[in-house]
Amino acid sequence: MPNMDPKKNPMPTQDPAVRAHNFQEVALGYSEETALQEALRCLNCKNMPCVSGCPVNIHIPAFIEKIKEGDFEGAYQVIQQSSSLPAVCGRVCPQETQCESKCVRGIKGEPVGIGRLERFVADWHNAHAQAAPEKVPSNGHKVAVVGSGPSGLTCAGDLAKKGYEVTVFEALHTAGGVLVYGIPEFRLPKSIVQKEVDNLTAMGVKMETNMVIGKTLTIDELFDMGFEAVFVGSGAGLPNFMNIPGESLKGVYSANEFLTRSNLMKAYQDEPVTPIMKGGKVAVVGGGNVAMDAARTALRLGAEKVYIVYRRSLEELPARKEEVEHAMEEGIDFRLLTNPVEILGYENPEDKRDPKNGFVTAMRCIKMELGEPDEKGRRRPIPIEGSEFELPVDTVVMSIGTSPNPLIKSTTEGLEVNRHGGIIVEENTGATTKPGVYAGGDAVTGAATVISAMGAGKVAAKAIDEYLNK
Amino acid sequence: MYKIVKKEVLNPTVTRMDVLAPFVAAKAQPGQFIILRVDEAGERIPLTVAGYDRQAGTVTIIFQVVGATTEALNHLNEGDSIQDFVGPLGVPTRTEGLKKVCVVGGGVGCAIALPVAKKLHDQGCAVTSIIGFRSKDLLILEDEFRACSDTLHVMTDDGSYGREGNVCVPLNEMFAAGETFDQVIAIGPLIMMKFVVEATRPTGIPCAVSMNPIMIDGTGMCGGCRLTLHRDGKPVTKFACVDGPDFNGYEVDFDEAMSRGAMYRDFERKAHEATCRLFQKEVE
Repeated sequence: MPNMDPKKNPMPTQDPAVRAHNFQEVALGYSEETALQEALRCLNCKNMPCVSGCPVNIHIPAFIEKIKEGDFEGAYQVIQQSSSLPAVCGRVCPQETQCESKCVRGIKGEPVGIGRLERFVADWHNAHAQAAPEKVPSNGHKVAVVGSGPSGLTCAGDLAKKGYEVTVFEALHTAGGVLVYGIPEFRLPKSIVQKEVDNLTAMGVKMETNMVIGKTLTIDELFDMGFEAVFVGSGAGLPNFMNIPGESLKGVYSANEFLTRSNLMKAYQDEPVTPIMKGGKVAVVGGGNVAMDAARTALRLGAEKVYIVYRRSLEELPARKEEVEHAMEEGIDFRLLTNPVEILGYENPEDKRDPKNGFVTAMRCIKMELGEPDEKGRRRPIPIEGSEFELPVDTVVMSIGTSPNPLIKSTTEGLEVNRHGGIIVEENTGATTKPGVYAGGDAVTGAATVISAMGAGKVAAKAIDEYLNK
Repeated sequence: MYKIVKKEVLNPTVTRMDVLAPFVAAKAQPGQFIILRVDEAGERIPLTVAGYDRQAGTVTIIFQVVGATTEALNHLNEGDSIQDFVGPLGVPTRTEGLKKVCVVGGGVGCAIALPVAKKLHDQGCAVTSIIGFRSKDLLILEDEFRACSDTLHVMTDDGSYGREGNVCVPLNEMFAAGETFDQVIAIGPLIMMKFVVEATRPTGIPCAVSMNPIMIDGTGMCGGCRLTLHRDGKPVTKFACVDGPDFNGYEVDFDEAMSRGAMYRDFERKAHEATCRLFQKEVE
């Protein structure tokens, strides 16, 4: 008998008052018993609407059936056929707008907690599985993957499963891309990413860190070295700023820098070697998932007050609902319908050598109201004249998006990009304008989600396989 | 891991190392930089390439011990390895078509100026070099500069070696005597580059400077290395790691760069002291 409870089994979490001061994972995961109860809410629909909502088309009802049978490893095997990173996706996918948005149970009540079940299965596997993944015999073809973020890891995994000899080139000193430098420990523990990377290595994928493709080696040189196809998943690039006065003051960060200092360079530890400004009042400008990550990181670093400053209202906030709720529970102060116009700094006119000179003291903001919808259907924010006010802060984190990484396009002849700098690809294959070169993820789309990058890596892996078997 | 094949102490605070990094050595050009991490727990710091041997696969770095990381680096010896060493990053110094150039180096900046002077000399360009130091015991690379310069001016602030005064003294004298160049290239402390730019400005001779701001990834991801150029009266934000490190000196906002460079001064001082204590303990 299905479990007809209209509500999802709640996800156990760390108490907000406690977790606001530590970097341990917020969501604790389902127990076997809860997972079973939640699995029983699935009606195993014949037409599987949920699967169409998944960018990598995981056979969702099939893996949930396995959970119902208590065969958790079997459930993992089902997911693994479609997704290389289930422990990651179970945590960071926006399921509410994907698989779960299509769930029949969502019509009257809450959809099945597919993401929570996926996470449960992946964690169960990681805790219990004995054997390392098997290495498939080589088919003799070499493929290079540029970048070890979600699109690169997915593409590498899919190709390795088919017997390709895959080498992943990573610019930073650690593999994982945004999963390591961007998403904080309390949302995605680094050990989980490392486990996924280790799995790929066990499958025979080579990881070359400290290799900046476009600088250390060019795409053309990769072909000269014997790689027959190249997948470019180089990710987000230059952070955007608002171009308002004061953005070069000390204490103004891009979200990329703030999060990289904390995550990759471990500035959150007690005696860091890489510094970060902590404590005081922090304003994070923006309303996406990255802004939530930055705000909650600032809080955990010891800020006395953290604001989210966003120019539209709660309804338009692009971050996942769950992240916004978590942030609110932890005490982040949301200043909605508010936009910065200038960042103000300390200036001692008497003493030019005063060490406090040039540090942020406040952000001047203007109140906004919502006007007519724009071309994307979102209501356009309009400044309210005369509503300017000063918000005293010590640190400002700009989290208003990025543009694709410029290094590869500037050194690769024949690789065309659009006016935003995104690599131009054929949607169904990921093929670029340069033969043998495929691309996906933020390098193509600009800032987007982990799962859409994984989807692109998957599409490209299939296309590369077809290309090399022509 | 990247092996240190040669280490040489140039003066009490400046060290030269040749590091085995064949991929970097194969591509490096004057003006480009690398990013290194001394060990697994270390921070990432940028250092400009001071030389390279494509055959041997080595890259030369010359660094001054100024903080915790350079202190730790300086404690490594020949045969030891550096955890991470990535590059070459940034845009090479533009030298094409230059026939007569004045290269100005200050302090450890001379280490970066040297490969530029060498490259210019090798392409048949007339090179006038001015190198400046606080005092005689901090002097580095004099012979190397002499070998690739048609004229060399050695300056010390206290007059303990060469001529007394800063690098602008001979520069101003040359300009006053009507000397002209295709380009002035200044590499050194921000304050020195600022003064070289101001000395050169009235002549209208193009003046390039090499910026070395705080960086993390070095690939255009974090934006920490941003600086402001004033171009046609408008502020323009640029990123030293991908747009530089060389910039048109007339456009650079040096005051802002100096202010931003001091962002973590307190932290850095404490970290350096802690590292020194640590090494002190090891000795005891």
